Amino acid sequence: MSTSVHDAAPVAPPRLRWLKATIGAFNANKTSWVGLAIVVAVILAAVLAPVIAPHDPLEQNILSRLQPPHDDFYLGTDYFGRDILSRLLYGARISLVIGIASTVIAMVVGSLIGLLAGYYGGRFDVVVMQAMDILLAFPSLILGLILVAMLGPSVENITIAIALTSIPSFARIARAPTITVKERDYIGAGRALAFSDARIMAGHILPNIFPEILVMASLWLANAIRTEASLAFIGLGVKPPIATWGGMIREGFENILDSYWLVLAPSLAILVVVFALNVLGDGLRDAIDPKLKGER
Amino acid sequence: MSGPVLSVENLQTAFRVGGEWRWAVEDLSFDVAPGETVAIVGESGSGKSVTALSIMRLVSSANGRIQGRIALEGRDLLALSEEEMRKVRGNDVAMIFQEPMTSLNPVLTVGFQIAEALRYHRGLDAGAAKAEALRMLDKVRIPSAKSRFDNYPHQLSGGMRQRVMIATALACKPKLLIADEPTTALDVTIQAQILELIKTLQDEEQMSVLFITHDMGVVAEIADRVVVMWKGKKLEDAPASQVFNNPVHGYTKALLAAVPKLGDMTGHGRPLRFPRIDPDNGKVEGKPVEQPDTVAATEPPLLEVSGLTTRFGIRGGLLGRLRGQVHAVEDVSFSLRRGETLALVGESGCGKSTTGRSILRLVEPSFGTVRFGGRDVTGLGKSELRDVRREMQMIFQDPFASLNPRKSVGSALAEPILVHGLAKGNEARERVAELLRKVGLAPEMHVRFPHEFSGGQRQRIAIARALALSPKLVVADEAVSALDVSVKAQVLNLMLDLQAELGLAYLFISHDMAVVERVSHRVAVMYLGEIVEIGPREAVFSDPRHPYTRKLLAAVPVPDPRRRALRRELAVDELPSPIRKLDWQAVPTALVEVAPGHFIRQPVDARA
Repeated sequence: MSTSVHDAAPVAPPRLRWLKATIGAFNANKTSWVGLAIVVAVILAAVLAPVIAPHDPLEQNILSRLQPPHDDFYLGTDYFGRDILSRLLYGARISLVIGIASTVIAMVVGSLIGLLAGYYGGRFDVVVMQAMDILLAFPSLILGLILVAMLGPSVENITIAIALTSIPSFARIARAPTITVKERDYIGAGRALAFSDARIMAGHILPNIFPEILVMASLWLANAIRTEASLAFIGLGVKPPIATWGGMIREGFENILDSYWLVLAPSLAILVVVFALNVLGDGLRDAIDPKLKGER
Repeated sequence: MSGPVLSVENLQTAFRVGGEWRWAVEDLSFDVAPGETVAIVGESGSGKSVTALSIMRLVSSANGRIQGRIALEGRDLLALSEEEMRKVRGNDVAMIFQEPMTSLNPVLTVGFQIAEALRYHRGLDAGAAKAEALRMLDKVRIPSAKSRFDNYPHQLSGGMRQRVMIATALACKPKLLIADEPTTALDVTIQAQILELIKTLQDEEQMSVLFITHDMGVVAEIADRVVVMWKGKKLEDAPASQVFNNPVHGYTKALLAAVPKLGDMTGHGRPLRFPRIDPDNGKVEGKPVEQPDTVAATEPPLLEVSGLTTRFGIRGGLLGRLRGQVHAVEDVSFSLRRGETLALVGESGCGKSTTGRSILRLVEPSFGTVRFGGRDVTGLGKSELRDVRREMQMIFQDPFASLNPRKSVGSALAEPILVHGLAKGNEARERVAELLRKVGLAPEMHVRFPHEFSGGQRQRIAIARALALSPKLVVADEAVSALDVSVKAQVLNLMLDLQAELGLAYLFISHDMAVVERVSHRVAVMYLGEIVEIGPREAVFSDPRHPYTRKLLAAVPVPDPRRRALRRELAVDELPSPIRKLDWQAVPTALVEVAPGHFIRQPVDARA
């Protein structure tokens, strides 16, 4: 019905108009801006940690241990007298590095697997996707736990472990639209024009399924940060004394009854970042989904 | 009552698009008398469907608004409350839609859906509703209605589903039936049956029909009066015979000139261009001339297909064993010369598209050989196939799906040139510009994206892309079926010009007999995967020998009310399914020559 109404050809340059429509749709839900603002703020804080942190995050000071928040230490100090605010800022670096690196690895590998499985189909598809389903059947924390226990706790290994747990989800997300898109006539036209499979996949299918993958990535980034914190909490995180949010909760847990601030600050940090990423993901999905875009 | 059943005065309907109100229908007035059939004709974007939705008040109030007066037997529908309007819908006015596939609820039986309408609108109890529903199924001539009552929609064919939709619509004896493109999605033989059914039921029930369509042939078959719409405005409102014989408005003349009529081509040996008529003043620009003789009759054929067979396995059961096969293409043989157009015609599911795709090996054929330029395509490996494919290209039906939405037109056209190393840099850009010019588009358009073009322009781009590698053969799979009539004529003219200029061979796959008659040199009629008749165009159309070809030709609506087919009781039949058991054996048949170059398929005599 709507197609019969607007037949006049618009004139603005296409990319600009696409951007405008996308921002407009993103704008429709104001909370997505909140999500974006928080995520940007956290990334800035992590990057600028050496500049803005009031103290050295590793400096121990027996005289000022377990102090509640006050003027010198805005978020108090821990059992060794280290400044919690500084540790929180440096901890954000570890959380973000592991979260982003593992999500990017999972996105690249998982999308590739899903794209190949969806495009070639047949037995290859069945075998690969069954393998993915087996991986998916493990709770990601348990799988991460096994992998870290096997590989040993280090930033690289934790990144790999978390990436492995999220590959199946990306494979699934990439496969479904691939199957839809590969049936379109322009793919048939590409084959008739004798394009190679790699060209068809990279040049014609990937650009059409990328938005879906991107939305998924923003949601899985939140998940990766949570998994990293959980691993650190049960003692399989990056080794002390390096500050991580999960590790801070673990250390503070022993004194939780008389020093609540030890746990409160890192917990809130995780909560806010995960919330912000989820809100951002929802906003991105609305912005990218053309069905929602047209309805306004 | 003597007044009109429906009276529309100064109807204006607008939709909000991106904060702006756009008029979809402007200042439209017309009447529908009791027992009359009024057809609203127009191309896409003319506002004809919006008019129907406005009468039913199915325009969402958030994004649309309706002004003017719509009176049903003197009662202003626009003044009714939503509650009263709901009683009008279904009771006084009923509507049937284009897609019988999506307008029935797939999880409820068809009998239940008809009975539900009866219970809701006429307050019948369950038993009476069932009896009445069965009577309705009989009324719309569904064979063995009793056993169909408990069928789910997916168990019925498209034509049967449309009959069920009509039964549901008629369940409450409406005074007005609005039919929005009810036969567009159906095959011609089924379309003829449904049109006949609507006419018969209209006589029996004495109702008025508002028929919305883009097909002038259908209009001529069914309408008493015709309203021609263009861009939301009414251009013409006159009795059908006057519109067809003596159109007033230039646009109507252009529209009628663009419609190919079956039988127009008697006496013409070669394809004929469509005349161009200026829609503003109705003047003919450029008389239709017969195309020059493009067929390279002395050379060996460019394409030789023999015994081509494509089957798809149907797997089922726990182990996924082969349970049956779809015999999509069975033993198809033909040849095609340079500069020649061979049309493959048939109804949906007859295997004409699969034949085209099998020749390009977009679908792997099961048996048979396809020789192209002397090489057997079926046996080629990947890299050799790539070479051959440069010379065979394909144009698809849906101009919206055949271009990658995320690639600009320029890069879509440049890609094949760059990939095959035909040109680089500036030279490639020059070739893209030349391709765009060749299909009648401005070279500056190369920066645009597909969604910025109309359907006809997109189809031109698809043709340009197919021409990028300078092919010898183009398989056009329903290439103009999704286009509006006037655009269709332009694209067909373009294809004819390109054939004359480049000596292209076309395999023209279509269900539209009138278009086929206009553009092809030879015609092959397909039925259930087989070619049942093949021969020179004139022979097949003027002297059809196979019963299926005759049936197909008889079912085509002719855009001339004087030749409106006499009331005929059409048999309710269906296309049989091409799905066979694994051990199925075909009845041996062979193509028999009945006239020079004109073959029909006949059973092989067992004694011979």
